[in-house]
Amino acid sequence: MKQHAHAWPAPVGGSLLNAATLTCGILIAIMLTILLVRFVFGLATVANVNDGYSWGIWVVVDVMIGSALACGGFSVALLVYIFNRGEYHPLVRPALLGSLFGYTLAGGGIFIDLGRWWNFWHIFWPSYSNPNSVMFEVAVCVTAYILVMWIEFSPVFLEKFGKRDFKKKLNKWLFFFIALGVLLPMMHQSSLGTMLVVMGGQVNPLWQTPAVPLIYLLTAIVIGYGVVLFEACVAAAAYRRSIEMHLLNPLSKIMLGVLGLYLVVRVVDLSVRGAWGDAFAFSGVAMSFWIENLAFIAPFFLIGSAQARRNPANLFLAGLAIMVGGILLRLNGFLIGYNTGPGWNYFPSLAEIMVTVGMFAIEVMGYIIITKRFPVLPREDAQVTHS
Amino acid sequence: MGNLSEIFELGTHALQGVEHRLGMTRRDYLQFCSTLAVTMGLAKGADAAVAKAIESAQRPSVIWLHFQECTGCSESLLRAEHPTLEKLILDVISLDYHETLMAAAGHQAEAARKAAMAAHKGKYVLVVEGAIPVKDNGIYCKIGGHTAIDLLKECAADAAAVIAIGSCASWGGMPATGPNPSGASSVADVLGKTVVTIPGCPPNPYNFLATVVHFLTFGKLPDVDALGRPKFAYSRLVHENCERRAHFDAGRFAMEFGDEGHRKGYCLYKLGCKGPETYANCPTLGFGDAGENNWPVGCGHPCIGCTEKGVGFTKPIHQVAVMKNVAPPLQYARIVEENGQGATFASAAALAALAGAAAGAAAMLTRNLGKSHAAAEAQAAKAGDADKATERV
Amino acid sequence: MDTRRHFLKGVLAGGAAVAGAVAAPEVCARETHTRPPEGLGLLYDATLCVGCKACVAACKEANNNPPEFSTEDHLWDTPLDTSGYTFNLIKMYRNGTMETKDAEVNGYAFMKTSCMHCADPSCVSACPVSAMLKDPVTGIVSYNPDACVGCRYCVAACPFGIPKYQYDSPTGKIGKCELCRHRYKDGHYSACAEVCPTGATLYGKTSDLLAEAKRRLALKPGSTTTYPRGRLDGPDQSWEGPVGNYIQHVYGETEYGGTQVLKLSAVTFEKVGMPNLPPHSSAATSEGIQHSLYGGLVLPVVALGALSFIAKRTVKHDDEANSDEEKQP
Repeated sequence: MKQHAHAWPAPVGGSLLNAATLTCGILIAIMLTILLVRFVFGLATVANVNDGYSWGIWVVVDVMIGSALACGGFSVALLVYIFNRGEYHPLVRPALLGSLFGYTLAGGGIFIDLGRWWNFWHIFWPSYSNPNSVMFEVAVCVTAYILVMWIEFSPVFLEKFGKRDFKKKLNKWLFFFIALGVLLPMMHQSSLGTMLVVMGGQVNPLWQTPAVPLIYLLTAIVIGYGVVLFEACVAAAAYRRSIEMHLLNPLSKIMLGVLGLYLVVRVVDLSVRGAWGDAFAFSGVAMSFWIENLAFIAPFFLIGSAQARRNPANLFLAGLAIMVGGILLRLNGFLIGYNTGPGWNYFPSLAEIMVTVGMFAIEVMGYIIITKRFPVLPREDAQVTHS
Repeated sequence: MGNLSEIFELGTHALQGVEHRLGMTRRDYLQFCSTLAVTMGLAKGADAAVAKAIESAQRPSVIWLHFQECTGCSESLLRAEHPTLEKLILDVISLDYHETLMAAAGHQAEAARKAAMAAHKGKYVLVVEGAIPVKDNGIYCKIGGHTAIDLLKECAADAAAVIAIGSCASWGGMPATGPNPSGASSVADVLGKTVVTIPGCPPNPYNFLATVVHFLTFGKLPDVDALGRPKFAYSRLVHENCERRAHFDAGRFAMEFGDEGHRKGYCLYKLGCKGPETYANCPTLGFGDAGENNWPVGCGHPCIGCTEKGVGFTKPIHQVAVMKNVAPPLQYARIVEENGQGATFASAAALAALAGAAAGAAAMLTRNLGKSHAAAEAQAAKAGDADKATERV
Repeated sequence: MDTRRHFLKGVLAGGAAVAGAVAAPEVCARETHTRPPEGLGLLYDATLCVGCKACVAACKEANNNPPEFSTEDHLWDTPLDTSGYTFNLIKMYRNGTMETKDAEVNGYAFMKTSCMHCADPSCVSACPVSAMLKDPVTGIVSYNPDACVGCRYCVAACPFGIPKYQYDSPTGKIGKCELCRHRYKDGHYSACAEVCPTGATLYGKTSDLLAEAKRRLALKPGSTTTYPRGRLDGPDQSWEGPVGNYIQHVYGETEYGGTQVLKLSAVTFEKVGMPNLPPHSSAATSEGIQHSLYGGLVLPVVALGALSFIAKRTVKHDDEANSDEEKQP
């Protein structure tokens, strides 16, 4: 067990009103207006989802990609609590915060898209639920995970509000929730990929494979680390704080390892199934496939060398590249590579885009408010030492 | 109407002659001419030519033979009303032999026929009504001791034109219904050559009239199809002009006589209407001079395909017809239709703006991070700090 | 050296993982379901269809659906595809001069679009709330709007694109053919079959319909045969007509384990909008993966146990190391 000492988290402090939060506020207001219209008049009034493309960006981006980008908490918890790399502990709370918001919004975001949302509880009710459905498993696991994360994150609130006794009691059982917090994402992130399977030949063979749960799980882990890199750099720049390079540098190496594993799995899978054909067609789908994989390969060039890893700019770009790759993988499987038959088109409407933007604005604003008022990020004045 | 002045050029004398001869007003007469011209689908102005042809003094002789028939075709002609047709027939043409209409009978009638044939040799029009039995040398139909076969061949030999009126003469009709014990055959089969046929049971009288007037006007018979049917009347399926076609296209059918659909005038296809495989102009003209809707389908009974060989008197009346030459409406859903909303300018612009903003912010952040890193490295190098354990940015 | 070892470990792990992932579903994949023996369905013979759309109109009336317009004047019900309000449609295949009926080149042909009532429905497998159910006896795939949450997974899953959602309503439902099961109590059967003038749509037990389809395929094109109309075991409304030039395949016999709605056509099925499907259903693959990973919750519980054990040890150490920091706020 490695020795470590780290600065205890503390609120960043400062004014809550700034350009960022104001912009977010406006975007959220726009989103709420659009949602009001959607709920009163129906989906067709605001969204371009149609009979051929029943899932648009509200499902694929807000829910699936949103939850994937929220895998930071899962990836870091895996590292810290399962692989016992305690030196990454300071990354846990900020990652968890990002996850908390991402998943809560993904789960809440489902309501915007459900056509008969008032029946949502049926998914959990035994007489209605269908355990054969992949979506059932995803819904149950995501909901459970959201609850677990709020419990995992509660020490932050308990600290702020000085409930130390309760916090001690909670700490005794925290290990169980942490275990759940590692198991549940493994289950539902892989199942988010399995959701493609029942669609059969409608999904392009480049993304339709029985190995899809493994592919989605690995990318979820990798995206988690990528998001941590991304978020750490953005938060440091926004709050004018130092970046924990001593943590991010080795973390990025771990990320490269998992990324390498993922790419091997992907290539072997495509080769075994003989599915490379469509990648070399002259089509938008093929182009999207290559952009996705170039994004996944880019980190090896960006942070392959130790020297490159010392530059936070490269870490940031690598994290961004991973996120782009992960986003594209999901976008390709469910939308771009999805073909229900000739003649169907889908492009998100302006209203759909503004709602998605609004959802992410809630995350950003929430992140800003909580990091400024609650103990999440490490205290800035503490020096970090290695031994 | 055509150019009225052309009519006037004929000279009032001639016109007065026609009025006087036919006992009708000029207006009625011109209306008759234009009706015939329209029936034949002739171009504008043709009614003038028709008018001119009719009041020319020379009236062609017509020999009308009856064989295995019910005289329905003649009866149909008698129902023409603009004006009362027997006048016109007797005056527009010279009907020199017609067993039902002529006053003479027996040897007198036959003598009149022979005289007319001799007098107008090569110039008379032969009209045949009824089928010709060929079995047993044609003994099953004899007039004046002569078989129908002999009579037909004799009269057709010196005729300028042969017109077979009615389905029986055109292709055998009802007498030819299986097992056809008398061997009833069409005029064309007996003569061994194609003739003009006006099928129908009975045919619309104006189809016949218009054909004859065309002959008078232009000196030749109208365009006919492979079976000898004038194209102006028999080039379209009943189904194509049927007033209930919209019901067919929308899938509204009468299932039984007297049911709700039947009362509402729905399509009769399911009751066996042969409109989809029968060529005729019944829906356009109607019968009894009462206009459209006065035809079997209009009265609620499916078309039996009486004009069409192989359909009428051959297929059961209520058997479902085979669709010939179906041209579905233009607005028929294709296997693949373009659907769904593509990118609008606004949404594409919004997405592009978002992507641009994100890329810009990322670029800026990267640059700043790189700059601070470079500065920190430079500082560390300058300070010559050997302890690399402490890294600050 | 460290990284190379890690890399090699990764490659081995990856290879094993993929092999496992690919092999596992095949080994544990559940069998594709077959049609229930008393399953009801339709036989659609495209060569008999004259495109009259009586079935479209009858379906609309039987299900109380409003008309849909695709022309400017909004005079007639003219849907261009099935939708939340159109459960049955006849589409037209066109090629070249469109002279001859049922000719693949320079011809035209009709094809019915409605629920195939699959033996192993993707929609039933996908639906998380059992709104889509397959009746164990009649095999009819039914929809229950009271259970539905409107997630539209069934819309995305169906290979035929049949379930469709009513997007224009804030309380929209899914709409699809349910074989007129609501009319059975009144002695009726599928409205489309009831009204079809030529017997192109025929109703009956799928096993009987399959036999009838094979009988037609065995006939010589151009010869005459008797075609039943309405329902197979109903009053005789048959008629004699010419035999079409069929593609020698009954569509729906094996696709995804079979469907209860069968189709015959003279034009290649793919060209008239019927997709090429393997006998192994995607529902079987999907459920195979889920069952092997989560069947009986065995793997998850074991994993949770292991993870809890590891996490407990780690957290305990963490707490011990930070015990002096408890003075922190």
